[in-house]
Amino acid sequence: MKTMLGNMKTRTNLVTYLVVIAAFVLMQVFNSLGMLSSSQRGYLVPVCVYISLAVSLNLLVGVCGELSLGHAGFMGIGAFTGVVVAAVLKDAVAGDAVRLVLAMIAGGFTAGVMGFLIGIPVLRLRGDYLAIVTLAFGEIMKNIIGNTYAGIDGEGFHMAISTSKMKLGEGGKYIISGPLGATGVEKIATFTMGFVLVMFTLFVVLNLINSKEGRAIKAVRDNRIAAESVGINVTAFRMKAFVVSAFLAGMAGALFGLNYSSMTASKFNFNTSINILVFVVLGGMGNILGSVISAAVLYILPEAMRGLEDFRMIIYAVVLILVMLFTWSPKFKDAVSVAGDKIKGIFRKKKEVGSNE
Amino acid sequence: MNEYSKKMLKVPTYNLLREQDKDKLPVLDVRNLGIDFGGLTAVDSFNITIGPTEISGLIGPNGAGKTTIFNLLTSVYQPTRGSILINGIDTKGMTTHKVNKLGIARTFQNIRLFTDMSALDNVKVGLHNEIKCPFLCSMFHLPPYQKAEAAATRRAMELLDFMGLADVAGQKAGSLPYGVQRRLEIVRALATNPSIILLDEPAAGMNPSETTELMHQIRRIRDTFHIAIFLIEHDMNLVMNVCEAIAVVNYGRIIAKGTPEEIRQDPAVIEAYLGREEGNA
Repeated sequence: MKTMLGNMKTRTNLVTYLVVIAAFVLMQVFNSLGMLSSSQRGYLVPVCVYISLAVSLNLLVGVCGELSLGHAGFMGIGAFTGVVVAAVLKDAVAGDAVRLVLAMIAGGFTAGVMGFLIGIPVLRLRGDYLAIVTLAFGEIMKNIIGNTYAGIDGEGFHMAISTSKMKLGEGGKYIISGPLGATGVEKIATFTMGFVLVMFTLFVVLNLINSKEGRAIKAVRDNRIAAESVGINVTAFRMKAFVVSAFLAGMAGALFGLNYSSMTASKFNFNTSINILVFVVLGGMGNILGSVISAAVLYILPEAMRGLEDFRMIIYAVVLILVMLFTWSPKFKDAVSVAGDKIKGIFRKKKEVGSNE
Repeated sequence: MNEYSKKMLKVPTYNLLREQDKDKLPVLDVRNLGIDFGGLTAVDSFNITIGPTEISGLIGPNGAGKTTIFNLLTSVYQPTRGSILINGIDTKGMTTHKVNKLGIARTFQNIRLFTDMSALDNVKVGLHNEIKCPFLCSMFHLPPYQKAEAAATRRAMELLDFMGLADVAGQKAGSLPYGVQRRLEIVRALATNPSIILLDEPAAGMNPSETTELMHQIRRIRDTFHIAIFLIEHDMNLVMNVCEAIAVVNYGRIIAKGTPEEIRQDPAVIEAYLGREEGNA
C-alpha cells in the first residue's frame, strides 16, 4: 500500500513532465515545418512564462493554502531586474543564452529577496487579510518600478527614483525610464529557454511538495495548531513557500521582460495577478498538471479569439463559468456523468448486438 | 532537605511524584500557574509535578479548565501568572513548536489530524524534526535526504505497528474510524520523541472494548518509551485503573490530589461531581 502510494505520486509527476516535454517537441516540430504563423510563434514564450507563474502560485495558493494577490508584482520585479542585468552584461557576456540565464537568476533572486522582506510583515496575517495585503504590496511593487530610472553610461550603472537625480554621462543610455518603462530591450528570450524554465519550475515545486518540507506545508494548511504541536515552525514554512514562489515568479518575469522590445510597469498590475490566480483555480488547487494545462489553454484562448473582437472576452468569461461548473458543481457533474453513462450504454448495446451476431 | 521543601512535603497531596522518581528531575514542573481571559480567571494557582515515568490524570467537571491547562502547558496560551518547567527549562514566551522540541507532545480533544494525508504521512509530519537535512538538500532530493526519508518511513511504520495501525498506514487519515484516529494522534505525538505526552480525552467516543485496549496501550507506551503521560479523561474506569496519581480541578483550581484510592474518598471531589446534600448546605 505504502509503495503503491509512492508510485502513484511519482507517476503523476512523471506524467506532468512528459506532457510538458511532448508539448515542447510538438511545438518545435510544428515550428520547423513552418506550420506556425508569426503571431502564433509569439505566444510560445508567454505561454511558458504563464505556466511557470501558475505553477509557482499554485505552491502558495493550492499547496500552502495562502491566497496571494500580488504575484504579478514579483513577476514585474523579476522582469525589470532581468532587463537591467541583460543590458548591463551586454558587453561582458558573449552568449545570449548565458546572458538570459544570468538575467533570469538575477530576476529570481531579487524577487526572492523582495518576497522575504514583504513576507516578514505579510505572513503575520491569514486568509482574507493576507490576500488584501499581498494585493497592496503587489501594487506598491508595480508603482516602485514605474518610478524607477536606470541607465548605463561610460562610468557604469546608474539608478534613481526621479529624473532630476538621474545624470547620465556622454553616450549614456536609459534602460528603464520611469513610467515609460523599459524601451529598446534586446529580445533574447527563446522558446527553448521557456521550456527549460517550465521544467525547472516543475522540478522545484514537485520536489518541494514531495519532500518533508512539502509535507510540513500541507500539514500547516490542514491544521495549523496540530502542526505546531508536533514541532513545526509554521511561520518559517509559510515564509519558505512564499520566497520560493516569489523566486520562481521573478525568473518567469525576467524571461517575459526579455521577450518584448518595450514594456511598462502597468503590465504587472492587479489584473495580471488575478489572471494567474484564475489559471490556478481552474486547473485545480494543488494540482500542478492542472495548472500547466489551464495556464496554456486560458492564455491561448483569448489570443486565438482576437478575430472575434468585442465578443472574445464574453466567450472567455462563458468558458470560465462552464469550466467552474464542470469542476465544482455536483449537480452539473451528475448530469454529465448520467449523459456519459447513456452514451456508454449506446455503445455497449451495439457491442452486445455485435457479439450476438 | 531545606525548610521550604519540608513544608511543601507536609501538604499531603502537593506532589504526585512516584517513589522511584523522587530523586530525578521532574519532566513537568508547574508552579502557581494562572490565566485570565479578560475578567474571567480560567485557571488559578495550579501546581503539579510529574516524574519521568509517571502516568497522571487530570479530572474535573465540564468547564473546569482542564483543556485550558493543556493549552497553557503547550504554549497555545501564554500564562498570566506562574511558570512551567519542562525538563527543568522554563517555557515562558516560547511558541508551541519550540515547547514541543523541549519534549512535550499532545493530542487534542476534538481530533486534529491532517485529514487529507495518509496515516503514514501524518506520523512522518511528527518525525519532521528528526529528519535532519537542510532545506536545499531536501528540495533537490539529494541522497542524504533520501536516506533520512527512508529511515523516517521505517520509524513511522514501527510506531504505527506499535499501536496496531500498520494496516491503515496508506489510508487517508480523515477516512479512518474515530477510535483509530484517536490512536493515530497518539502515534503522531510519539513520533516527536517527547519526554511527556498529554492526552486530551483519549477514550472519548470509544466503546468499552476499545477503551480497555487503550488502557493497555497507555501502560505499554510508558513501559516501552519510558516517558511520562498526563491525561484528561471523563471515563472514571480508565482514570482509576491507569493513573498512578490524579489531580482534580474545579473552577480552574485544584481541589484534590492523590492516588486513585484517595481521590475516590475525597469529600471535595464527591461534592464537585455529585453536589452537596441540601440539608448540610
